[in-house]
Amino acid sequence: MMNLLRLLSGRTASAPVARERLQILLAHERGLRGQPDLLGLLRAEILAVVSRHVVLDPEKVIVRMDRGKTVSTLEVDIEVPNGFERSFAAAG
Amino acid sequence: MAKVLVVTSGKGGVGKTTSTAALGAAIAQMGEKVVVVDFDVGLRNLDLVMGAERRVVFDLINVVQGVAKLSQALIRDKRLENLWLLPASQTRDKDALTDEGVGSIIADLRTKFDWILCDSPAGIERGATLAMRYADEAVIVTNPEVSSVRDSDRIIGMLDSKTVKAEKGERVEKHVLITRYDSARAARGEMLSIEDILEILATPLLGIIPESQDVLRASNVGSPVTLNNAASAPARAYVDAARRLMGEAVTMMVPVERKGLMNRLLGRRAA
Repeated sequence: MMNLLRLLSGRTASAPVARERLQILLAHERGLRGQPDLLGLLRAEILAVVSRHVVLDPEKVIVRMDRGKTVSTLEVDIEVPNGFERSFAAAG
Repeated sequence: MAKVLVVTSGKGGVGKTTSTAALGAAIAQMGEKVVVVDFDVGLRNLDLVMGAERRVVFDLINVVQGVAKLSQALIRDKRLENLWLLPASQTRDKDALTDEGVGSIIADLRTKFDWILCDSPAGIERGATLAMRYADEAVIVTNPEVSSVRDSDRIIGMLDSKTVKAEKGERVEKHVLITRYDSARAARGEMLSIEDILEILATPLLGIIPESQDVLRASNVGSPVTLNNAASAPARAYVDAARRLMGEAVTMMVPVERKGLMNRLLGRRAA
């Protein structure tokens, strides 16, 4: 019956598209909820500064935030490849 | 034990004020003492939908600021003696509302009423966060449309984190109320179905209000739709939703307009 109506009207159902778009969007938005954009910004800027001197894998720069009641901590974890001092000396 | 219920949505124009008025009147008709509170400071409309716009003297902000007593600002409904309205201010802006002020008014209302229905403004700013702040339960009004569902999801996230209950590690009891539903269009796959919406929002359903001209007709004359035409499809759907809020188990269905055969044939064509 539904298909027959659809055939007669010459339109395809748009509701499944709406449903799929919403599911993808909300999965993403729920993940971001409560996280300020600050973390992404810090990560990008730290990466840019360190990359001026050392070749880094962007995947190995991790910025974490832990919000406490009175104090919060910002943890920056950068994995540096071995031999980094030598390449730094050569460049300098 | 008084219950504080916020009617919220994020998106504007989905039917928060209509739903607050209709549910408030329906619960009052069941014998409970009800107050509907307008939190839309600067853009009040609950007074208009309730038909009390010409009787507003003091408002929520006056009470928060100590200019008027709560009893002076409350307006009793002309049709139901156990239904009251606390209007929002039309002239002030939303920053006049404070967390402490709202908290003390809600605490006061809890001692005087069985149900306190808070009509939230659209958006996620101060007015909306304060409307939900002290809620025990929430009705999330949602249209079968992508932007409304997205905003409802955001509001659900706020109910789970920004309310007093959430901060105490308790839960605000949440219900989705689907309004402006057109079952013919949903059956043709042109509108998100009830199942789609509930699966995405993962929140239990309170009721399904069908799209109907009776809603506009009721607001035109300043009467909650449940009082204006109790036999209409939206009124019956709101009464069912109110009974579910009262804890009754009512079978979920979409009430339909009672039409003659000719109307039904013509209606099909026009849809």
